[in-house]
Amino acid sequence: MFAYVVRRVLATIPVMGLVALFVFSLLYLAPGDPAAVIAGDQATPQDVERIRASLGLDRPYLVRFGEWFFRILQGDLGLSIFTNLPVTTMIAQRIEPTLSLMILTLILAISIAVPMGVIAAWKQGTLIDRAVMGFAVLGFSVPVFVVGYVLAYIFALELDWLPVQGYTPFARGFVPWLQNLILPAIALGGVYIALIARITRATMLEVLQQDYIRTARAKGANQSSILFLHALKNAAVPIVTVIGIGIALLIGGAVVTESVFAIPGLGRLTVDAILRRDYPVIQGVVLLFSFVYVLVNLAIDLAYTLFDPRIRY
Amino acid sequence: MERRTFLAATGATLLSAPALSQGAAARTLKFVPQANLANFDPIWGTQYVVRNAAAAVWDTLYGIDDQLVPQPQMVEGETMSADGLVWDFRLRPGLLFHDGAPVLAKDVVASITRWMPRDPMGQMISAIQDELVAVDDRHFRWKLKRPYPKLKYALGKTATPCCFIMPERIAAGTGSTTMITEYVGSGPMTFERGEWVPGAKAVFKKFDRYVPREGTASWMAGPKRILVDRLEWVVMPDPATAAAALQNGEVDWWESPISDLIPLMRRNRNVAVDIADPLGNIGSFRMNHLHPPFNNKKVRQAVLTALSQEDYMRALVGDDTNLWSVLGGYFTPGTSGYTEAGGEALKAKNLARGRQLLAESGYANEPVICLVAQDQPLTKAMGDVTADLLRRLGMNVDFVATDWGTVGQRRAMRNPPGQGGWSMFHTWHAGADTVNPAAYNALRANGEQAWFGWPSIPAVEAGVTEWFDAPNEDAEKIAMDKINREAVENVVYAPTGFFKSYQAWRRNVTGIQKGPLPFFWGVAKS
Repeated sequence: MFAYVVRRVLATIPVMGLVALFVFSLLYLAPGDPAAVIAGDQATPQDVERIRASLGLDRPYLVRFGEWFFRILQGDLGLSIFTNLPVTTMIAQRIEPTLSLMILTLILAISIAVPMGVIAAWKQGTLIDRAVMGFAVLGFSVPVFVVGYVLAYIFALELDWLPVQGYTPFARGFVPWLQNLILPAIALGGVYIALIARITRATMLEVLQQDYIRTARAKGANQSSILFLHALKNAAVPIVTVIGIGIALLIGGAVVTESVFAIPGLGRLTVDAILRRDYPVIQGVVLLFSFVYVLVNLAIDLAYTLFDPRIRY
Repeated sequence: MERRTFLAATGATLLSAPALSQGAAARTLKFVPQANLANFDPIWGTQYVVRNAAAAVWDTLYGIDDQLVPQPQMVEGETMSADGLVWDFRLRPGLLFHDGAPVLAKDVVASITRWMPRDPMGQMISAIQDELVAVDDRHFRWKLKRPYPKLKYALGKTATPCCFIMPERIAAGTGSTTMITEYVGSGPMTFERGEWVPGAKAVFKKFDRYVPREGTASWMAGPKRILVDRLEWVVMPDPATAAAALQNGEVDWWESPISDLIPLMRRNRNVAVDIADPLGNIGSFRMNHLHPPFNNKKVRQAVLTALSQEDYMRALVGDDTNLWSVLGGYFTPGTSGYTEAGGEALKAKNLARGRQLLAESGYANEPVICLVAQDQPLTKAMGDVTADLLRRLGMNVDFVATDWGTVGQRRAMRNPPGQGGWSMFHTWHAGADTVNPAAYNALRANGEQAWFGWPSIPAVEAGVTEWFDAPNEDAEKIAMDKINREAVENVVYAPTGFFKSYQAWRRNVTGIQKGPLPFFWGVAKS
């Protein structure tokens, strides 16, 4: 197992290298010019040219890539073209809100979606099952920003219970932290809840047909122990897989959610950087997201062994 | 520690909200700016949002007032020699930088020297400069090779880049194309670098040792008295969120609400709405004069004649006619220099005549590559109207829907349209910049040196030169008439109308001025 983990962690190095090359090349080929954005709309072409030269954007691809990659190997993501701040500092400023949002969304989604899916499978064909599946369809269909606006309208503007926007660091207290994040987490979690609930239901339906479930019933096991101990544990592998895949969904959704609720997180940093063509920031954030995704996949692979002892690495 | 004590302590810590007292809240002004403050060097980056923040942190030698007249600001007074070649300036006493050092003439000389290469007026002055020296701590002298009557205007204008005064060690130690990394201001507020989260938040604090002028504040002139302790810029990319935050009292002042949300703001009795800047903006249909079809004057005239400014304005800002008007000239309406000399074609709105001019031009169905930024609501709306207009005129439209970053890059390309170039794009010009030719880059027609599109129209340039040399207002007026007439005749660009925008604030905030930028002095919160 240990050797497997080490192998997987080492395998992330070439993956990250490829991601770095891909991201750098893509940005090099993409249209757009940070010098033009910096110079402002009223700048003359000469101004733009001067700024481009001062940023070193007029140098050949290989020189720029070589310099950047060498810095990356030293753990230096470079300086933002626009703010002149280290990319690592900018990421550090933004990581807590995004991490908080994702963790809260994950907790909310899993704690709501898994019981929903289990109950829908147990009550297959009933009104409860249809209601759960209806909610799942709704969760998939309604865009995150629409849910966000509706929640903000009801709970912030009409009821005045929660703030519309912003983020309060966890260090300033759990309640203010939660007040700022609960609406974004619900908005972002909608799709995720729908996805996990559907997969849980489908997997549970399959498991509930198995012989060992009939055996458990014959032994007189009560319903909750059948559902949550015998069936859910055996249905866990596909559910955990979906939870892992869904983290990519969360990263994408965080971009929209952070914009709607004005949360100063990595999603907004990414969008701002893309719109301005702040290449070092885009490259830094994409590398970070790729790294996180690789690690999440590793964690999920390891989690399989907890739910299914037959799986060995 | 006992279990209950531990739980109580933990609970208290977790549940503690950062309660600001009412007094503290009243001393903090929360402002939603038009855009993200992505950098903070007003000479290196000339975006309006940087200028707006910089105006609170750095002072200027002169300040334009609401009559568009430069008034002494850091300067106590000046003298000009009879031949107009030697200017002597004296700084007023008590000026301090935020690090406590006094503002000296050598700081001013270094700041002007860094500003000049980045500014069109600065470049003109630089070309005729004999010397710029600090005579003593409070006195600096500027010797010119020929008179430059607009010198005070250049030092006090609001058009970017403004001539902000920084310490010599920063201004002289940093080239104008390198970003400063130390933000030591000379103005009424300090910039809190440690609290700056680009894309999310910027914080400014009142500088207690700033010495305001006497008199009444008017735009960039007069006493810059800060009446709050702390100013927080809260960046909100989503207008609906900003609207909700203002209604909910989470922010105090929103610089640029979109017109769609104005009725909603008006319905809230705690929110006030008014015009932000009486000088407004001029929409622009910018053509590429280097390549077909718009290198042909008759094609440009065909577009100008057929174009309905009303169509553009309704698409841009809606049916609220307080917000827009049709232009008969290129300068800012409502100002002393505004002229409609020769401007009949701008109001023609004659599609049939436009088609006739197009037929006479020999237009050979060349594609018209329209670069339309979809991420800017204004350019997107104008682009949609343009596509329809050009098609109705009978032109072959190649509509390139893209983002502003790409337009910014591609519009700098001088290649023919088929080889990565372009035919037209949309933008808009702040009315404060289009008041006269001083900072009106888009109206210049000096070919290679001109703004994107590179028009080459010597008659327009002759008018601009006459304006800069004009000894009085009458002579300026004659020059502006000439510029307008020639600009319309040759179609430097096609104005798509004059429009204003609103600003909105909580009613417990007072002292907000209407102007080309948000002025934070004189603004109080109860």
